[in-house]
Amino acid sequence: MSSHRVTLDINGEPHSLDVTATQTLLDALRWQLDLTGTKKCCAEGECGACTVLLDGLAVNSCLVLATELHGASVTTIEGIGTPSSLSRLQDAFLAEGAVQCGFCIPGMVMAAHALLADQPHPDAATIRDRLSGNLCRCAGYPRILRAVQLASSQADE
Amino acid sequence: MAMLAEPRYHSPEVLDEVFTDLEHFGPSGLPFAGGTDVVVGLRKGKLAPRVMVDLKRVADLAQGIEVNDTWLRIGALTTLSRLVAHPDVRSHFPALVEAANTVGSIQIRNRATLAGNICNASPAADTAPALLAYHARIALVSRHGIRQMPVADFVLGPRRTALRAGEVVNGIDLPLDGGVAGSSFTRLTRRRGVDLATVSVCAVVDRRGTHIAYGAVAPRPFVLTDNAGVLADPHADPAARKALLTGFAAHASPISDLRGSREYRQAMVITCSERALQTAITRRHRP
Repeated sequence: MSSHRVTLDINGEPHSLDVTATQTLLDALRWQLDLTGTKKCCAEGECGACTVLLDGLAVNSCLVLATELHGASVTTIEGIGTPSSLSRLQDAFLAEGAVQCGFCIPGMVMAAHALLADQPHPDAATIRDRLSGNLCRCAGYPRILRAVQLASSQADE
Repeated sequence: MAMLAEPRYHSPEVLDEVFTDLEHFGPSGLPFAGGTDVVVGLRKGKLAPRVMVDLKRVADLAQGIEVNDTWLRIGALTTLSRLVAHPDVRSHFPALVEAANTVGSIQIRNRATLAGNICNASPAADTAPALLAYHARIALVSRHGIRQMPVADFVLGPRRTALRAGEVVNGIDLPLDGGVAGSSFTRLTRRRGVDLATVSVCAVVDRRGTHIAYGAVAPRPFVLTDNAGVLADPHADPAARKALLTGFAAHASPISDLRGSREYRQAMVITCSERALQTAITRRHRP
């Protein structure tokens, strides 16, 4: 089994990983780097639980091979905020009670983070569209929508 | 994840190395770009290549869109997100934008390429009907040079294309001199958001006639043309229009699957083509 050395930037820090050709970014994050905030669910690009930013764009880390990422920059939920210092978006999820079981939330936050970086003041239809790749099986969508709107409304303050 | 044997991963920087890999490994060499279908195929064991040839760092393959007087060329590595954001694509080929925007989610479109969507050759590929109705041509490059063909001839059947051994896509060209007046893409799904098409239809009214292309209702997407002007005429007898579209729909041979029965699809082919055509005509007469 051949192994590939990949050097990439994760949450602002350089990392070198030895990965096999078919190992996904998701598995590398969870098993090699212990960054378990990124969740594994459907593993085929349907649910969005594994969403991370790759060079600033939201992607499903289950559909990206680690070998493809030499020289890339990856941001995971751990790079967005810490328990003692949450991002404005994470605070908004708490303020709106948008977190139920919580499993989809890291992916939701990453997709919403990418949206707000791209469009600071999206309308409701745009938010729904841009989060349509993220499933919440608790069906907490109205509160998730409100959380993104709250964070958006605070963006200029 | 159960794997028979780990493939090798190559990331060539020039086409010459791609050709060498594909010649050496033959059908067990798998060229890919965005990988959104390929990674799922690997995981499910449907793909078991000996070498994976990542095309993303190949300098001679374009990541962007080039426009001249007669063509708009979409480079092989152009992602669907870049495609739908391009002002010339948006103004000249709105139905392709509508179709590309239905592929998966934003996370998928940030990775997936237009060329990959066509090479994957799913009968339900969302972008295929739009490319067929706009008369797109695909350019294929190998060590022996470049050859071109209509996208309609490139897709042969489920998971089968005209791509030869040692060949990769160079780009997809859309004609800018066809006099496209109005176009629209319509898609039937079980739910909004991430889902595969039950039926998809693209209607394009241009100088040569009205072209209606169909997806997810036959082993491969197909396009039919009305040169008589009946479909393009907003004042045409509705019965005549319906008869034409019903005749077109007879070319469909849908199957029953979890997204819909054969009979339902056969009925919705006509409904979807009426909707797509109506929107295309409305756009045509918009000042």
